[in-house]
Amino acid sequence: MALSGMRGLSVFISDIRNCQNKEQERLRVDKELGNGLTPYEKKKYVWKMLYIYMLGYDVDFGHMEAVSLISAPKYPEKQVGYIVTSCLLNENHDFLRLAINTVRNDIIGRNETFQCLALTLVGNIGGREFAESLAPDVQKLLISSSCRPLVRKKAALCLLCLYRKNPDVVNVDGWSDRMAQLLDERDFGVLTSCVSLLVALVSNNHEAYWSCLPKCVKILERLARNQDIPQEYTYYGIPSPWLQNVPFVVVLIMELKLLSSSRGQVSYVISSTTKVKHWKPVVVVGCGKDIDEGWYGVTGLQRVKTMRALQYFPTVEDPNTRRSLFEVLQRILMGTDVVKNVNKNNASHAVLFEALALVMHLDAEKEMMSQCVALLGKFIAVREPNIRYLGLENMTRMLMVTDVHDIIKRHQAQIITSLKDPDISIRRRALDLLYGMCDVSNAKDIVEELLQYLSTADFAMREELSLKAAILAEKFAPDLSWYVDVILQLIDKAGDFVSDDIWFRVVQFVTNNEDLQPYAALKAREYLDRPAIHETMMKVSAYILGEYSHLLSRRPGCSPKEIFSLIHEKLPTVSTSTIPILLSTYAKILMHTQPPDQELQSHVWAIFRKYESCIDAEIQQRAVEYHALSMKGAAVMDILAEMPKFPERQSSLIKKAADSEADTAEQSAIKLRAQQQNSNALVVTDQRPANGTPPVGQLGLVKVPSTSTAGQDQSTAEQGVTHANGALTVVDPQPSSTPSPDLLGDLLSPLAIEGPPGTGPQSVPSVASVSEGGVNADALAIAPVEEQAKTVQPIGNIAERFHALCLKDSGVLYEDPYIQIGIKAEWRAHHGRLVLFLGNKNTAPLMSVQAKILPPSNLKVELSLVPETIPPRAQVQCPLEVINLHPSRDLAVLDFSYKFGTQLVNVKLRLPAVFNKYFQPITVSPEEFFPQWRSLSGPPLKLQEVVRGVRPMLLAEMATLFDGLRIMVCPGLDPNANNLVASTTFYSESTRAMLCLIRIETDPADRTQLRMTVASGDPTLTFELKEFIKEQLVSIPIPHQAPAPMLPQSQPMSPPTAISDPGALLAGLL
Amino acid sequence: MGIRFVLMVNKQGQTRLAQYYEYLNLEERRALEGEIVRKCLARTEQQCSFVEHRNYKVVYRRYASLFFLVGVDNEENELAILEFIHLLVETMDRHFGNVCELDIMFHLEKAHFMLEEMVMNGCVVETSKTNILSPIQLMEKAS
Repeated sequence: MALSGMRGLSVFISDIRNCQNKEQERLRVDKELGNGLTPYEKKKYVWKMLYIYMLGYDVDFGHMEAVSLISAPKYPEKQVGYIVTSCLLNENHDFLRLAINTVRNDIIGRNETFQCLALTLVGNIGGREFAESLAPDVQKLLISSSCRPLVRKKAALCLLCLYRKNPDVVNVDGWSDRMAQLLDERDFGVLTSCVSLLVALVSNNHEAYWSCLPKCVKILERLARNQDIPQEYTYYGIPSPWLQNVPFVVVLIMELKLLSSSRGQVSYVISSTTKVKHWKPVVVVGCGKDIDEGWYGVTGLQRVKTMRALQYFPTVEDPNTRRSLFEVLQRILMGTDVVKNVNKNNASHAVLFEALALVMHLDAEKEMMSQCVALLGKFIAVREPNIRYLGLENMTRMLMVTDVHDIIKRHQAQIITSLKDPDISIRRRALDLLYGMCDVSNAKDIVEELLQYLSTADFAMREELSLKAAILAEKFAPDLSWYVDVILQLIDKAGDFVSDDIWFRVVQFVTNNEDLQPYAALKAREYLDRPAIHETMMKVSAYILGEYSHLLSRRPGCSPKEIFSLIHEKLPTVSTSTIPILLSTYAKILMHTQPPDQELQSHVWAIFRKYESCIDAEIQQRAVEYHALSMKGAAVMDILAEMPKFPERQSSLIKKAADSEADTAEQSAIKLRAQQQNSNALVVTDQRPANGTPPVGQLGLVKVPSTSTAGQDQSTAEQGVTHANGALTVVDPQPSSTPSPDLLGDLLSPLAIEGPPGTGPQSVPSVASVSEGGVNADALAIAPVEEQAKTVQPIGNIAERFHALCLKDSGVLYEDPYIQIGIKAEWRAHHGRLVLFLGNKNTAPLMSVQAKILPPSNLKVELSLVPETIPPRAQVQCPLEVINLHPSRDLAVLDFSYKFGTQLVNVKLRLPAVFNKYFQPITVSPEEFFPQWRSLSGPPLKLQEVVRGVRPMLLAEMATLFDGLRIMVCPGLDPNANNLVASTTFYSESTRAMLCLIRIETDPADRTQLRMTVASGDPTLTFELKEFIKEQLVSIPIPHQAPAPMLPQSQPMSPPTAISDPGALLAGLL
Repeated sequence: MGIRFVLMVNKQGQTRLAQYYEYLNLEERRALEGEIVRKCLARTEQQCSFVEHRNYKVVYRRYASLFFLVGVDNEENELAILEFIHLLVETMDRHFGNVCELDIMFHLEKAHFMLEEMVMNGCVVETSKTNILSPIQLMEKAS
């Protein structure tokens, strides 16, 4: 038979064939499709499905069956339908919609058991549609006097779920009284649920629920005294710990909320799901991302501060309530004994820890506070691991809340023992606590303990451990050599877990502290002696020795040749990312060797030659460049001189921790740490006295002379080296500009990653500063001469109008209720011809019209005569001739005044005769570009600067911007797709036509920074152009919300159309 | 929201009951259960009952061959959850009489019913054993 392989199919087909009539056939088909299942069978299959799903197999069918069971008339089926549906589906599932009606009918129906099922489903799944259609019904059930507790407890939690997910849909106006009533509830099931609901309500709006506070305290009192507690709700003799804990939370939220509001602080973004313990665990959370976004809206510092301040704040105001509360707390603190029965013990301690948490935040008496610390001190020493864990956890919390540092420090030895506990959970808590309690006085002990532990710590903890050790070492270092020791040990012991930031940071410290350099070099040399060292260690030591090994040259075993061979013998073991650093080191060692050592030189050159054909571009480039440079001999010493000091900056570690999106546990702890006050031991100070023992806490970085331009902050030394050797940008020093032979102080060294701060005029001309500002600067530019003139407000944003006109040649420059000033310009080489269109918008003439031009030194401006009166609804044109004398960003200002009636209006407007108007875009071919680029070989003709804080934009956007500025982007000149090369011709009387070349190197990983190289044949022009482009990139006129422009004609950047023609505009007005 | 999930897993790491109070898709569940079970089952009696995992704190307790694991967030009281597990076990004990892994395995639905009465939306809703068991009794009467 053809169907031999499928007997079941043959049977089915023959069954169908044998059917006598249509009805029989239908029944058979139904049976096959499972449609004819009895409710029992359906139930069975649905449970099977859930079981399969629980085992981890995907079940994407049968959901419909589960949902359909909800509408079954009998309880057993209905129950299965509800339970399985809530396990399998989420709120966004389409099938759920099908059930909404049935669910609603069950909720408003008379059958209590059905009500419970339906409320549970809604409470577990939630969903907007449910909330919209069911919330009023659920609320009614909760307060209904005819409902049994059975239903009402479910209604409370169901409402909680709806409210949490969609607080806007659930109307809780006036619920404070109802909640207060509900707290009088006798049934413990209802009470438990209601208190949970109250937590959410209070978190969202504490003021309204103030009246519930005494009730909460009453519940606590009743529980603490074990009064009137049904047997069913005592657990090993303890009144339900699950009920006891919640009122604590409510009181706590009230406290914190009250504080935050009465202090007028930013209201806390505490979401409805957040209970108060959230406020503490910033430090202790052992977990990754917090689900509650709102929680992170509050900074750790603020939270901690708030809690500290709490001690000085009159909290629970009603004296009776307050007394009862403290009685309860006292009873719990004193009356919790250790008992034999584990369950009883746990239950009573569960309550105790909750009480502790509250005491920490209350305005408790000193005595009670020290009681708490004493208890915790006892807990961290017990054998029972759970209690020890919680003791450590709560001690960390306490540390963040109150000033108990000194008392906790007494337990340091005990805590360090816990760091070696076999249980990782306890070790983590101990680590967090040590990290939290570390300060200048105990940093040395703690960090050394951490280092020691590092070698035996499990892998899961090493990264966290090393990061914490590094941060503590940096923050609390008693002296810098110790800091270097710690970091080097850290790299040695856990190199794989030490992020680049850590070693960059140590390099920064060494670079900025001359006293430290020989020590660091010596240490690095020691580590190199070891047979196997970690690659990161290789990087640090190579870098440090490259920079400072010459400081050691008199010591035995530290001659350049020895150091070189020591490093070089490790080269075969390192990866390609390290080789470039080694090459730099070789080049530097070679340069520092005085008198030159021929043998060493030939050796190093051979290596360079070998790597000149390396496949890795970075290595190849360095090899080629270093080779070429070192062949030039002493003339290029400067290039390979020591790196200049780094500008002082925030620790990249702490910054990283603070910026990081990934909020893993340790990072949230670090974040908090970073925000703590007065924990900076490495305070940036002035040059420290040589050999002096500086006071603890005052040690640290030598302050680097602050450089004038923002955005030179180079993130790492490594980067600096890389960039400084970029292909097109190796800047040979002009012999004339090579400064003093004092290389150490040589910030102007061409290798300096910053742009030379000294070149070019530093004083920013006053007018130019106006052009840099946004609205504010412009607001100042409108200077009403007399009091009453204040009533004349400009229409539209003057700054925006100006910026728009910088990019186009016609548009509105200024407008107020009486006048509109349009402008139209033509530019040819260094000549400009502008026409001002002065339009009177009124039916009365404008009198005493005066226009004066205040030209800067670089422009020659001639304004033709302006008529003294502008007739009603008329427009006059005033031509204006501009000649650009020499390159400068200074601006001409139009001082304009008129009289309307008795009002005198005077405005000062910047004229858009800006720098870029004298550009003529020009395309250059590679044949023209490169010789030109090379011939302009360095400052002051070619300037380079790293610009930070750039408005992030794509390269294409930048090209468009340049286009608007009349700078021609020349694609294809730079092989790197992230770079942009552009050119233009600048015209002025002094320079005539001058070719300008620009290269922008962007970092695709960080669009806010870029490096810019600008070259032209005129030093002033180069400087001005560089500054100009920088201004454009950094403070691009962000479209400010203009104060509701009446006529939206002046859209910045939008191509001028007919309406931007002032003539047309005025015609429209007429 | 307190309780995020309740898991019952045997010594071999096979899931006997899983109830989540936040929606995770199957992939996430599988990964989470695998990681947590691996972490918890490897621990000894002398270690504490709390394990930190991702953004959860897992409070667990072992009864013979069965592990009860409850995932909570940071606002939850660990010891209270630990005793909540015991309450759950005592409730099951009352119903099944000396409950064992097989009881839960073969009466999956009853285990679910009990849990459903005790926890709703991640909050403890009922702690009286009589009240917890009343719907089951109701149903047994009905059938």
